[in-house]
Amino acid sequence: MLSPELGHYALALACILAAAQGILPLIGAHRRDRRVMMLAPGLALGQCFALAVSFACLIYAAVTDDFSVQNVAANSAVSKPLLYKITGVWGNHEGSVLLWALILGICGAAVAAFGRNLPTALRARVIAVLGGVAAGFELFCLTTSDPFARVWPAPMDGQGMNPLLQDPGLAFHPPILYTGYVGFAVPFAFAIAALIEGRVDAAWGRWVRPWAVAAWCFLTCGIALGSWWSYYVLGWGGYWFWDPVENASLIPWLTGTALIHSAIVVEKREGLKIWTVLLAIATFSFSLSGTFLVRSGILNSVHAFANDPARGIFILGLLAVVIGGSLALFAYRAPSLTAGGLFAPISREGALVLNNILLCSICAVVVTGTMYPPFMSLLFDRTISVGKPFFDATTIPLALPLFVFMGFGPMLPWKRAQLWPVLQRLWLAAILTAIAFGVAAYGVSGLLPVLSCGVAVWIIIASVTDITERVKLFRMPLAGSWQRARMLPRSIFGTAIAHAGVGITVLGLAAMSQAQHKIVEVPVGTTEHLAGYDWTLQKVEQAPGPNYTAMVATIEVRHNGALVTVMHPSKRSFNSQNQTTTEVSIHTNLLSDLYGVLGDKHGTDAAPTYVLRLHYNPLAPWMWLGALVMAIGGVLSLSDRRMRVGAPRRAKPISEIGGAA
Amino acid sequence: MTRKTRRLWLVIACVACLGAAAALMLKAFSSDIVFFVTPSQVVSKPPPADRTVRLGGMVVAGSVKREKNGETPIARFEVTDGQAAVTVRYEGILPDLFREGQSVVAVGTMRPDGFSASEVLAKHDETYMPKEVAEALKKSGKWDPRFGPPPSAESWNTMTVQDAKKNAPAAPATPP
Repeated sequence: MLSPELGHYALALACILAAAQGILPLIGAHRRDRRVMMLAPGLALGQCFALAVSFACLIYAAVTDDFSVQNVAANSAVSKPLLYKITGVWGNHEGSVLLWALILGICGAAVAAFGRNLPTALRARVIAVLGGVAAGFELFCLTTSDPFARVWPAPMDGQGMNPLLQDPGLAFHPPILYTGYVGFAVPFAFAIAALIEGRVDAAWGRWVRPWAVAAWCFLTCGIALGSWWSYYVLGWGGYWFWDPVENASLIPWLTGTALIHSAIVVEKREGLKIWTVLLAIATFSFSLSGTFLVRSGILNSVHAFANDPARGIFILGLLAVVIGGSLALFAYRAPSLTAGGLFAPISREGALVLNNILLCSICAVVVTGTMYPPFMSLLFDRTISVGKPFFDATTIPLALPLFVFMGFGPMLPWKRAQLWPVLQRLWLAAILTAIAFGVAAYGVSGLLPVLSCGVAVWIIIASVTDITERVKLFRMPLAGSWQRARMLPRSIFGTAIAHAGVGITVLGLAAMSQAQHKIVEVPVGTTEHLAGYDWTLQKVEQAPGPNYTAMVATIEVRHNGALVTVMHPSKRSFNSQNQTTTEVSIHTNLLSDLYGVLGDKHGTDAAPTYVLRLHYNPLAPWMWLGALVMAIGGVLSLSDRRMRVGAPRRAKPISEIGGAA
Repeated sequence: MTRKTRRLWLVIACVACLGAAAALMLKAFSSDIVFFVTPSQVVSKPPPADRTVRLGGMVVAGSVKREKNGETPIARFEVTDGQAAVTVRYEGILPDLFREGQSVVAVGTMRPDGFSASEVLAKHDETYMPKEVAEALKKSGKWDPRFGPPPSAESWNTMTVQDAKKNAPAAPATPP
């Protein structure tokens, strides 16, 4: 039933439907022909269904070990566990492009299904823009990276998957990250539709913001999941390497964060309209170039480009059309958008503008650092690399003022504000921050980590203060405060929680700069001392696995004589691919991670010694916990829609989308 | 507050932030950029001792020596680009993909007694060669991708530029 040919046909059908979806509603909206405009939702739902069938066919081929499909033969094997047969579908280029298209199709269908209260013309145009982009990528998928291509003769067994990728963290990381990337296509489509209409108003800001917040939640979770994966799989104790693939996800996150803040100004004050439209275009453009330029390695190596010129040229052409076209439309139409309301520099709007400027400065730095090496090697033939020292030295000084302003920004009134009364309300946060500085200066080495600890505490306490001030906690009876809290819009809580999440992440990052590690080569029975813990190597055994043999160590960790944990780090040798992987053992108590890695065996068989790498990582889990808290804040602010907009039909489904994060 | 003063504030804030970003970047570009060097470059013109560089080449077969300083494991090996060899000293666990006779990138500083690596990378693509090493090979005239796969690691350590030219006689030295 679900044959590869059906999948291929469904993909071609989706491409045709997407092309129709990209053209017909635009014509309808231009002629104000309601019947043609009403085609848009049906086409979007149809395209989404066709893509879902196509994707199901590819999964079916992978699960049933149909090695006559080239993609399955190259990336799967009979012995692979079922979970990785399914998730392996998006672990390669062709499958991930199809997943990308599917998520874009789902976005279009979501606008069609949940956008019923949008004006018909605006909805038709938004769906048309999504359809046009989808048609381009489905054509790319069909012509240059066909996931359903057959091989003849079909091999008996597939080539298998890199053991490093056979991990649950990596299995679910791409769909979440892609949903974040692709989700920003909806604000992009809204921006293009608004440019075509020549109208941006407060209602537009209200419509676009939930989509941007939902995409932002997914992107935040996706980045955190990727970072967590590299922490526990790669075995280096590192969590962020500033490599181009990671930066490609960070750049749209930075502009996306700026977007969800500037859209507030559009919604509440009809200000920053042109800028918000530009940010929506920029965020999706960065998502696109991030996924397709950096991930496919086109910019990183001219070599990869030469390997498959058709693919590279198609992608470059597609990016040029989407990004160049939207920027040209922006340049043509933006001057016709009217300027917004006035505001003083010290006001909520002013704080949000400052947030945007700082986020965009950080983004500019990351873009430059990411693009500089490939351009140097392309233009001047010099091989250089830009790593952690560069990004630390440039991003942290820009981020620190952002964190300081984050503390009191949400407490400033709109239009015109006085700084002093706001700062007075933050006296408790200021005192606690001063204490945090003192403690950090005593226990933490390095100027930037001390400053980061201080501002992290500042953000968290200021966010809590914002809520307690609003509900007048301890200044009126508790029942009254409770009543006030219930009347408060949920987005206020969303903001405070998301900001506190940033504080938690920053605290984790600052503490991680104090991580300690030790590399030793010892015989069995030795005890090592690290960070107040005694780590004893008890034994090392050989253990067979399904398709590998493992060398498993047993390390007992004691603190002042009391047993803390027994760790079992191991090293696996995969028989088929002549590859070894390192399985890290992590013990966490949420305040710190104990992290053990087993290295090579040395010495004679009679008196073997083993290389061990032991890490003590303070507050490491907080880095990802903070990201989760940020996403929870985003979801909470999404669930607020029904109260504020008074459009229950639309608010409910969107909160459900966010709720899946 | 008029539109004009408001715009002035905006411009000042933008210029200040982007100016700070540019200044930070220029400063970091002058001190924190890591250059890729080949062993022959290191031998002919050693980088200053406080400058971190990425040294790339092939691990000379049979040159890997492991020793212990107390309990700290130390690995010493030679990295060559076919013209010169540099001894690398590394404290720590060599990566899973590290093998003699194959390519490697060592990140660290040049000391009087050899190269002291803080990190050793052995990330391979399908030809078992990091991109940078492949580029360096092509530049030194050791390998021209138009004439087949890269030379095998064994021949590599002893091969001279003349040998490479003999293998690929009519090739102009420009990359494709």
